[in-house]
Amino acid sequence: MTEPLLELDDVSVSFDGFYALTDLSIRLMPGELRSIIGPNGAGKTTFLDVITGKVRPSKGSVNFRGQSLLGLSEQKISRKGIGRKFQTPRVFENLDVIRNLELAASPHKNPFGLLYDKIPVAAKDDVQRLLNYIGLEPFARTKAGKLSHGQKQWLAIAMLVAQSPQVLLLDEPVAGLTDEETSRTADLIKSLAGQHTVVVIEHDMEFIRDLNAPVTVLHQGSVLTEGRIEDVKNDPKVIEVYLGQAKD
Amino acid sequence: MKLFRRLLPWILLATALFILPAFLDDFRLNLFGRYFALAITALAIDLIWGYTGLLSLGQGIFFALGGYGVAMNLMLNTKSEAGAKGIPKFFENYGVEQLPFFWQPFWSAPLTLVAIWLVPAIIAGVVGYLIFRNRIKGVYFSIITQAALMVFYHFFNGQQKLINGTNGLKTSTTELFGMLVGSPDMQLWFYRITVLLLPIAFLICRYFTSGRFGDALIAIRDDEQRLRFTGYNPVPFKTIVFIVAGALCGLSGALYTIQSGIVSPQYMTIAMSIEMVIWVAVGGRGTLVGPIIGAVVVNYLRSLVSEALPEMWLFVQGALFIFVVVLMPDGIYGWFSKGGFAKLLAAFGVAPRTATYPQLDLDENVRAEPKSIAHGRD
Repeated sequence: MTEPLLELDDVSVSFDGFYALTDLSIRLMPGELRSIIGPNGAGKTTFLDVITGKVRPSKGSVNFRGQSLLGLSEQKISRKGIGRKFQTPRVFENLDVIRNLELAASPHKNPFGLLYDKIPVAAKDDVQRLLNYIGLEPFARTKAGKLSHGQKQWLAIAMLVAQSPQVLLLDEPVAGLTDEETSRTADLIKSLAGQHTVVVIEHDMEFIRDLNAPVTVLHQGSVLTEGRIEDVKNDPKVIEVYLGQAKD
Repeated sequence: MKLFRRLLPWILLATALFILPAFLDDFRLNLFGRYFALAITALAIDLIWGYTGLLSLGQGIFFALGGYGVAMNLMLNTKSEAGAKGIPKFFENYGVEQLPFFWQPFWSAPLTLVAIWLVPAIIAGVVGYLIFRNRIKGVYFSIITQAALMVFYHFFNGQQKLINGTNGLKTSTTELFGMLVGSPDMQLWFYRITVLLLPIAFLICRYFTSGRFGDALIAIRDDEQRLRFTGYNPVPFKTIVFIVAGALCGLSGALYTIQSGIVSPQYMTIAMSIEMVIWVAVGGRGTLVGPIIGAVVVNYLRSLVSEALPEMWLFVQGALFIFVVVLMPDGIYGWFSKGGFAKLLAAFGVAPRTATYPQLDLDENVRAEPKSIAHGRD
């Protein structure tokens, strides 16, 4: 059996006594695609915050390839190969689409690298390929702020891929997308899995079913159940947390 | 038109170097020299505020430090300023017998030329690094820089024995190369130096704002957190631009001091540093031409208004600032470059020239068409 790529062990996060995560343990294998669902406030986004270094857990450990991520800054974790897409599509609105991608794809991320070194041809090719793939080639020289919501989502995902991370954490990648865009996003994500470890957080059940990946249900900061989407959907515990308990 | 655009910077430079000195009297020319010196400060503020989103209200520190540097050198090297002990006369008023240690390097002209930008740069680097490393942003950054400004102001104001306190250092009566610094000939040279250094400052700012480094600055301004998650550490980027801006402000302060004839803690007042920000806002932040326009226009206006109605300037300045913020959020340059002039003409009934629908109706061929159709039917 291979070693897990990313491992959270007994992680708790408390905001002034309120526990956003309680004893959460999740292991992700290399190349795995995992969906995470859960009602509002289940701790889905906090889970990503802990991995990416935005929030420090009050207890527990986070290991990436056997090394602890705790205490590292966001940029260091990102450079180790963990990329994250936010709930809202955060792109640099005043930069051209291609400049957005080049910033993400650039192998040197220190000031002097940006001042003195040209962007390598390989990275430029990557950017071109991604532009084509997401269909934003005609908008390469458009300011990212002028794109539609769906295009921004795609650009945000493309920027993530351009970073060529080992782990992609996608927070609601299809929020606000049309059905067609949603199914294309599902294809994109499935094509990324295998080479990358992908974690998808979504509310859209149709989309989760499309992905056809193991599902982890979070509730009140810990894992409620894990399994295939069909099993999870019929699990009485899951139905209860989503719909509330029937009062007799 | 393209050729004109390429030549425009050279035309402006030639105008400033040869035509303005020929037409303006010594007094006006000196004022323009000061405006151009201040334009360098405006460029520096644009670099950190317009591009990187760091609204510093403490650039007066670096401006004044540059001014003090050049003034100390001039004081030391002027025989008429020297008192009995061979040190500047004002020290005698406070019973100081020995030159304070930090004056020593300013005996040397080369060291002074380096110190006027290096000292502000070092202070900016230390202050900036500590602020940025602790992730202090936005309003808190502005407040801290303003607090730092007040600390410097009160220190310089209170230290008669070190740098003549509130009186400041007068440079107009000092000598350089055997000539009085305040003399018209000398001032013409300072004007020329300023006119040549302003484009260099412009090019420095362009070097940092174009290309991928500039992209990173804009990314920091727009969404710093996102940039961190992309794998960039914003701290060195911010520290570098803050250092560059500090150095430029120091240079600007030195040029301003030799042309205004005095440096005093007045350069470190809160009002002065806020005015610097106003120049950039009026001219157009986030562009490099804007701040130069802003600094020259606002200060020229200030001179005109102050001459006509001395008490009115602060009201005019306030009104100008409000006007720009409300009606021209992109400043003068941004307003022009986004077609504001055409819109203004349109508001007065002068339609902008476009080849679209309403204009098409006026086209002779288009008008002829229905006639010819009608004619054909007959």
